Amino acid sequence: MIELERLSRTYVVGDRPVHALRDVTLALPGGDYASVMGPSGSGKSTLLNVLGCLDRPDSGSYRLDGREVARLSEAERTLLRRHRIGFVFQTFHLVPRLTALGNVELPMVFAGVERGERDARARKALDAVGLTPRAEHRPEQLSGGERQRVALARAVVMGPSILLADEPTGNLDTASGGEIVRLLESMNAGGLTLVVVTHDPAIGGRARHRVRLVDGAVAEEAGP
Amino acid sequence: MKGEDLVRFALGGLRGHPLRAGLSLLGVAIGVASVIVLTSLGQGARDYVTGEFASLGTNLLIVLPGKTTTTGMLPAIGGTTHDLTLADAEAIRRGVRAVRYVAPIGIGTAPVRYGSRSRDATVFGTTWEMEPVRRFHVAFGRYLPSGEAERAQSVCVLGARIRTELFGAANPVGEVLRVGDERFRVIGVMAPRGQGLGFNFDEVVHVPIARNMKMFNRRSIFRMLVEVSSRDEMEAVKESIVRLVKERHEGEEDITVLTQDALLSTFGKILDVLTAALSGIAAISLSVAGILIMNVMLVSVSERTREIGLLKAVGAGSGQVLSVFLAEAALLSTAGGVAGLAVGIGAARLVSAASPGFTASAPPWAVAAALVVSAGVGLAFGALPARRAARLDPVAALARR
Repeated sequence: MIELERLSRTYVVGDRPVHALRDVTLALPGGDYASVMGPSGSGKSTLLNVLGCLDRPDSGSYRLDGREVARLSEAERTLLRRHRIGFVFQTFHLVPRLTALGNVELPMVFAGVERGERDARARKALDAVGLTPRAEHRPEQLSGGERQRVALARAVVMGPSILLADEPTGNLDTASGGEIVRLLESMNAGGLTLVVVTHDPAIGGRARHRVRLVDGAVAEEAGP
Repeated sequence: MKGEDLVRFALGGLRGHPLRAGLSLLGVAIGVASVIVLTSLGQGARDYVTGEFASLGTNLLIVLPGKTTTTGMLPAIGGTTHDLTLADAEAIRRGVRAVRYVAPIGIGTAPVRYGSRSRDATVFGTTWEMEPVRRFHVAFGRYLPSGEAERAQSVCVLGARIRTELFGAANPVGEVLRVGDERFRVIGVMAPRGQGLGFNFDEVVHVPIARNMKMFNRRSIFRMLVEVSSRDEMEAVKESIVRLVKERHEGEEDITVLTQDALLSTFGKILDVLTAALSGIAAISLSVAGILIMNVMLVSVSERTREIGLLKAVGAGSGQVLSVFLAEAALLSTAGGVAGLAVGIGAARLVSAASPGFTASAPPWAVAAALVVSAGVGLAFGALPARRAARLDPVAALARR
């Protein structure tokens, strides 16, 4: 359960303040499938970064399962990112020198998971996205769709409760984009709270819970 | 994060830019190798000098005519100088407690001739006591005869080289040769000894001191070596000798007594300063190598900004990011240190092999220090880049193109 109340985030660009988020109030129940849409610069990515504990709001409240996390220390937010939150990015963000398997193992390396268990869990996660035959390939040897599937396996390998996807299909053709959406939705069906930021109405429209941001504020909300 | 994973991840990071990593590793290696080579040479020089003094014999006092230590002037200017005579030597032998041997020395150069062969040689006048004092070894025949130092027998003992040059492989014992205008009977041949503190005993003809002084028309001996029975008596014997000779020379203190230790410690100090200066210069190259590492790591952090952002997004803490980059720097510099150590020790071995009698070996403290310092250089110069990485804002880092 995610509860945002009057959440604001302001950047200073040059000498002008930019209000990326203005008084955003939102509630996402556990297992929700939400899409966040809106024009460029409307604050979609900032909202996702705040939800993912990568960014801190300047004011307002963010409660995760009843716990206030907006003012947590860096170390505690690191633990939340490690155990509760998975990220999928438009540009995949795979580490180029590591194999697909190595990339999926990465969160477990920093969590201190034993090597044997790490390997088993990473292979299982790769299997779930249909990439077992590509486990030993480096990102440069994989197609865009395959790279995003590796990133997806990495996002869920720690067993998070929230999956945040920032334009997950933005760099993909329709076919592999559709495959990613199908995988995301199947994970949501498994109980994961899914938040997708997208430009694409065809993708955004599939969500049960649709949020439209304009100039950092919620302009429209439909569902859940 | 487990230590093993940290090392593996850091190694992976280094493999991403092998040329840059290799060059900064080379920098550390050169620094460490030069420290090792220079300290090895310093240690080798020290061992060499100590060895030379040990071969001179132990518990030795060297008595020179003339007073040089207090006035700093030439002795002749300081007042009347009495000759240091064989009688003085005899008086020391009889009158000073704890003296084991007194070996007077007279030196001159004269042509030595046997049959048609001839060469110039140092005529080394002394007594039988020189043999135990200087640890001489006689190859065959015998050393100078014992008995009164004043007896000027016409006998001689040949250095190994003089013997081969004049007699070849033949046995010269019992033969008669000419030294200057006088005839000497050969009674012994010395075993080869080689260079010792700049004096080659293989090219020397040993004769009784009284014969030598007569030959070169000298009244004063060149110096004398006094062997003391125990190390604890050295100072007391030194004072007794000075007092005794002063009495004999009408109250004039006109001799200088040197101890081996004083000479040795002077050499030691010179070598210490030299070694320290050379090592200091070598240490500068290590700090330059450190700056090289810092530069490489800074470039690496800026190239891998997106990766650092990702690591934070998947749950790496700032401390872990710091550790990863510190580990990279430390691995780089330690690997350089180990490589430098290998090269340095190899070079010291080469120097030793190329110069007989001289062994350059790295002192253990230098080896330990090289490894600790090289790891330390990585940590110290890696700290700034690693902190920069750890402090990166993940949102900005991920958005970097």
